[in-house]
Amino acid sequence: MNQHRSKLSHKISRINAILRKEFIQMFRDKMTFAMMLAIPLMQLMLFGFAINTDPKHLPTAIYSEDNSPLVRSIIRGFKVSDYYDVKLQANNPEENTELLATGQVAFSVHFPAGFSEQLIKGFRPQLLIEADASDPSASSNAIGRVHDIINQALRHDLKGPLANLKAKPGPVDVIIHPKYNPEGKAQYNIVPGLLGVILTMTLVMITSMAMTRESETGTLENLLAMPAKPFEVMLGKILPYVVIGGVQTCVVLLAAHYIFAVPFAGDLTDLMAGVMLFIITNLALGFTFSTLARTQMQAMQLTFFFFLPSMLLSGFMFPFRGMPNWAQAIGEVLPLTHFLRIIRGIMLKGTQLLDHQQDLLALLAFTLIIGLIAIKRYKQTLD
Amino acid sequence: MSFPSTSPSNNHDELAIDVKGLVKAFDGKAVVNGIDIQMPKGQVWGFLGPNGSGKTTTIRMICGLLKPTAGQGTCLGYDIITESSQIKLATGYMTQKFSFWGDLSIRENLEFVGRLYNQPQLKKLVDETLESLGLEHRQKQLAGALSGGWKQRLALAAVTMHQPQLLLLDEPTAGVDPQARRDFWDQIHRFSEQGMTVLVSTHYMDEAERCDQIVYLAHGNLITQGHVQDVIQESGLQTFKGTGKGVRHLSNWLKQQPGVEHVAYFGNALHVSGTDIQALHHTIKNCQQRPENQDIQWQQVEPSLEDTFIALMAQSGEDQRKHA
Repeated sequence: MNQHRSKLSHKISRINAILRKEFIQMFRDKMTFAMMLAIPLMQLMLFGFAINTDPKHLPTAIYSEDNSPLVRSIIRGFKVSDYYDVKLQANNPEENTELLATGQVAFSVHFPAGFSEQLIKGFRPQLLIEADASDPSASSNAIGRVHDIINQALRHDLKGPLANLKAKPGPVDVIIHPKYNPEGKAQYNIVPGLLGVILTMTLVMITSMAMTRESETGTLENLLAMPAKPFEVMLGKILPYVVIGGVQTCVVLLAAHYIFAVPFAGDLTDLMAGVMLFIITNLALGFTFSTLARTQMQAMQLTFFFFLPSMLLSGFMFPFRGMPNWAQAIGEVLPLTHFLRIIRGIMLKGTQLLDHQQDLLALLAFTLIIGLIAIKRYKQTLD
Repeated sequence: MSFPSTSPSNNHDELAIDVKGLVKAFDGKAVVNGIDIQMPKGQVWGFLGPNGSGKTTTIRMICGLLKPTAGQGTCLGYDIITESSQIKLATGYMTQKFSFWGDLSIRENLEFVGRLYNQPQLKKLVDETLESLGLEHRQKQLAGALSGGWKQRLALAAVTMHQPQLLLLDEPTAGVDPQARRDFWDQIHRFSEQGMTVLVSTHYMDEAERCDQIVYLAHGNLITQGHVQDVIQESGLQTFKGTGKGVRHLSNWLKQQPGVEHVAYFGNALHVSGTDIQALHHTIKNCQQRPENQDIQWQQVEPSLEDTFIALMAQSGEDQRKHA
């Protein structure tokens, strides 16, 4: 009996010994400890506040060939609605369509000539709304509200003899033209985006280990003692993964075409050029992480810390325009956000690479800044 | 910088290492505290001192791996602070811990190093290196799978493949068996005959005795340097050797006696050393007169290098290194 008790107390003592050791090690690795607290906080903030599956205030362009009080009432109606945010007045129908293609607006509304006259005569004129349906979830609620918005806007105008126009089927024949993904298939939007997500995750993770692996195995001292300059080491470590990224891209694109039947509207060369820039951006970022982290474990954590907002705030999983301003601002800093605009533009809308100048510039600037940090952080000595 | 600078003082040309007042502090604590080394070309020097005395840090400063907190100097005529890339091209540095790539094969490791140093006729050079190592038949084996002795031989071959003028070896034979150590040192002397300058840190006294000169560090300070014999004589140490039954039990008693600075076992003998010969004599006599020590014989012997170092270590106190 006594012996049994002492055995149990020995067990507890040994468990206690290991438990204490684990706590000491946990607190000693400050970065891991910080990550364990920061990641749940970040998830809470992102899921709790940033994500909104009912996006409102979507930018809208208007091209009107009729400038009557009735049209102005409808435009005012759009403006005061929660869903449409009339930002731009186009000068011709081509401009109206281009604003949609380049992603500057989510809707373009066209009032044809003689709209008001026909309306008053009770001919139910057509109001054409082109919607960017490449992300079906982003536009569906706004589209669903459009009849209410128009009826509400014209309520005060249609009085006296015109009051009967309010009756069903309504004074205006609204024609909705969901462009780029008319069937509203989610995978059309998801699969190109997935390419960006896959590249971000794998490439950042692999290169983030680049230097930490050398320092953890002790080979860094040897490498530094030999004549290799920082940028030589960086390029030598990054270039193999450019090839890997290229192979991944081919796999995803082939799957997109043959398995998911995602349409390919644009030019393949344009797409590959955009993909290459994005691959290099991610590799430079991974290498920078690799100069910040002391261990491979920390490199993994940094990658995850970056990957989480990239998934949630870039417009990959949830509509970008549905997010509050602060979340959109963070999203604008993430390379994936810009890459998604480029790849969805080229694949689904058939835009050209140079139509996305802002996004290209953002990616270039990000790469440049991150590359400079990497070179600055890379130590040629063991200090 | 492909032309060697024609310095007016030819002192410059004769010294492989010429550093003055080297200081390295980590978090405000100096681990190397003002070291001067003037090492002529073509010699083999031993770097000795207890763990944490600053040997590795000094070597790293010389080859440009650490920036000195203070001090200056040249290595092979190049400034150790501003011209570290030239120094790297002309030196071979073998790290204390095996630092070649365990997941590359022996051949791949050698090829990698050869390419980094822009070696022409790489294949031929690697073939020759493998042959001289006696590793041709194992060239496809992963370097990580080699035994300790072979790892050291591979590392030595790899850091000398570009024919450096200066070889810096940081405890190259730690954990290596006696035969492999002997072979390793034969190789070092062959390099030396070819004109290579070699600075090697070690804890082994027999290795120190194979050096042209030794430099002894403790707590980041240079304590003594010179030929082995000179170092022993300069210490002014006198040593008595005691043998016989029961000598081992005397150690604690002897340590408290006047004139005894340190007591150490050598095999089954006890070495008792001190600088005050009178007091030491007195103590030994005292010891002989005690009845329980009848079977113990004493004789004065030439102090060994190890006696000298144990005394030097005892004088300079404890290891004050702060572990990172």
